[in-house]
Amino acid sequence: MSLNITVNGTSRTVNAEPLTPLLHVLREELDVLSPKAGCQNGGCGTCTVLVDGEPRRSCLIPISAVEGAEIRTVEGLAPPGQLSTLQEAWIHHYAAQCGFCTSGFLMAATAYLENGGSDDHAEIATALGGHVCRCTGYVKILDAISAAARGDSFDLTTTAAGLRTTIKGVDQ
Amino acid sequence: MGRPAPTQKRVESMSNGPEVLTPRSATEAIELFGDGGDTAIVGGGTILVPELRLGSARPARALMLHRAGLAGVSKDGGRLTIGAMTPLNALASLADPIAACVSHIADLEIRGQATLGGNLCARNTDAPRGDLQGVLIALGASVRSVGAGGERTEPTEEFLANRDDRLVLDVSFDLPSAGAYAYLDRAHTHEYTALAVSAVRTSDGTIRLGANGAGPHGLRLPSAEAAAANHAAAGAAALADVALFDDAIASAWYREKTLPVLVRRALDQLEDAA
Ligand SMILES: Cc1cc2nc3c(=O)[nH]c(=O)nc-3n(C[C@H](O)[C@H](O)[C@H](O)COP(=O)(O)OP(=O)(O)OC[C@H]3O[C@@H](n4cnc5c(N)ncnc54)[C@H](O)[C@@H]3O)c2cc1C
Ligand code: FES
Ligand code: FES
Repeated sequence: MSLNITVNGTSRTVNAEPLTPLLHVLREELDVLSPKAGCQNGGCGTCTVLVDGEPRRSCLIPISAVEGAEIRTVEGLAPPGQLSTLQEAWIHHYAAQCGFCTSGFLMAATAYLENGGSDDHAEIATALGGHVCRCTGYVKILDAISAAARGDSFDLTTTAAGLRTTIKGVDQ
Repeated sequence: MGRPAPTQKRVESMSNGPEVLTPRSATEAIELFGDGGDTAIVGGGTILVPELRLGSARPARALMLHRAGLAGVSKDGGRLTIGAMTPLNALASLADPIAACVSHIADLEIRGQATLGGNLCARNTDAPRGDLQGVLIALGASVRSVGAGGERTEPTEEFLANRDDRLVLDVSFDLPSAGAYAYLDRAHTHEYTALAVSAVRTSDGTIRLGANGAGPHGLRLPSAEAAAANHAAAGAAALADVALFDDAIASAWYREKTLPVLVRRALDQLEDAA
C-alpha cells in the first residue's frame, strides 16, 4: 500500500505492506538511519522515535497504524550542523560509548524533557526504564539528561580539547 | 557528504503475509471479523507485530483495530466501561488494583501502545502475559465480545476459558469500594511478573480474589475468598484453586511458596485501604 507520514517535518510517501514495522520503513525505505534495529521485540529501546510527540518503539508499530502521523527522529532534533541542548549534554557528559543505544535514549529523553520532566534521577529512570545500554552503566546518561533538564550550558570546545589531551596522554 | 541514496527499495517483503483489514468503526470491525476463523486481531501489536514479522504467526487475515474507535473509558453511575483499544497508560489513573497492576506492565512507551484487549487476550505461551486478567477477575468484570453465535457478555473467567475466535469490544465492572494488588516484583521493566494476586472489596462488602501467573490464564481464587476472614488461612486455601507451573522466570515450587504470602498481603492491604 502507499501512504503518507511526516518525518522530521517533511511529508513522505511510502510503499510498504501495511504490517511492516515503522522501523524498517524508516531505515530501509526512507534511509532514516538513526533508529537502530536492536532486539526488534520491544525489549531494548534502540528503535524509539516520537510518534505525534510520544516515544514509541518503532519495531512494534505497523506502518499503517501511523498513517498521517508526525514522526521525529534524531535527524530532526536540530538543524543540520547543530545540536540540541540534550545532544550537547550527551557529549559533555560522555553519555555514549558505542552509541548503539543513543538514538533511542535521545528521543525518549527529548519527550521526557518536552513533557516538563525534572532532573531527578529516579524520575528519569522510571520514564526511560525500557532503554538498555550495554556500555555506560547508565550514570552518565542520567547525568546528561539531568543537566539538560536543568538547562545547563556546555562549552563543547573545551570538552573536545579535554578529549584530545586525554588521547595524547595515552599516546605518549 | 553522506551516503549515496539507496537505488532500490529494500523493505523486506511481507507480500505473502495476511490479508489486512482496517475497519473504520466498531460496526465495520464486527462485520469484517464475522466468525473469526484464521484471523489475527491486531490491537496495539506489541506482542503480535514481532510474531507476524518473524512468521511465528501466519494468519490468513489480520484485522487492525487502530481506526475502529474501540478506545476510551466511560463511567455510568458506579459502573466503568473500558474499550478494548484503550491504551494501558490511560488506565494508570484508575483505582487499584488496576492502576497498581498497569504500572508493573512493561514500560511507559509500551504502555502507550499496548491495549486492554491485547492484555486480556494475551496468551501465556513463553511468559506469564496478560497481567490484567487476574485484576479483571477480582473486579468481577464482564467481557463483551463477538464471534460465532453473535455477541456474548460474560464474566472474565468464563471468557478466558473459552476465548478462541472472539473479538473483544469492551469490559465493564462496578467500581469497587477498595482494591489491592500484591505481586512478585520484577528486576527490570522488561521482566514479566511471575505471580500476582488482586483483591477487591465490592460495594456490597464481598471480597473477590484473582491471581495471575498461577495457571494457564488469570484465575479466580474461590477457596481463598471463602476463607478471607483469616488472611493466613485464605493464603493456604488458595493453593486448591490454582494450576501452578514451571517457566523461565519461576518454578511451580516457588509459586507454591509465594502464592499464600501474596494472598495474605493482598488481604492485609485491602483491610488497610478500606
Ligand atoms: C518489553 C515488553 C515487556 C512486556 N511486559 C509485559 C508485562 O509485564 N505484563 C504483561 O501482561 N504483558 C507484557 N508485555 C506484553 C504486551 O505488551 C502486553 O500484554 C499488552 O497489553 C498486549 O496488548 P497489545 O494491544 O499490544 O496486544 P496485541 O499484540 O495487539 O495482541 C495480543 C493478543 O491479543 C489479541 N487481541 C488483541 N486485541 C484483541 C481484541 N480486541 N479482541 C480479541 N483479541 C485481541 C491478539 O490477536 C493477540 O493474540 C510486554 C511486552 C514487551 C514488548
Ligand atoms: S529494536 Fe525496538 S525495542 Fe529493541
Ligand atoms: S553506549 Fe553502547 S549500548 Fe549504550
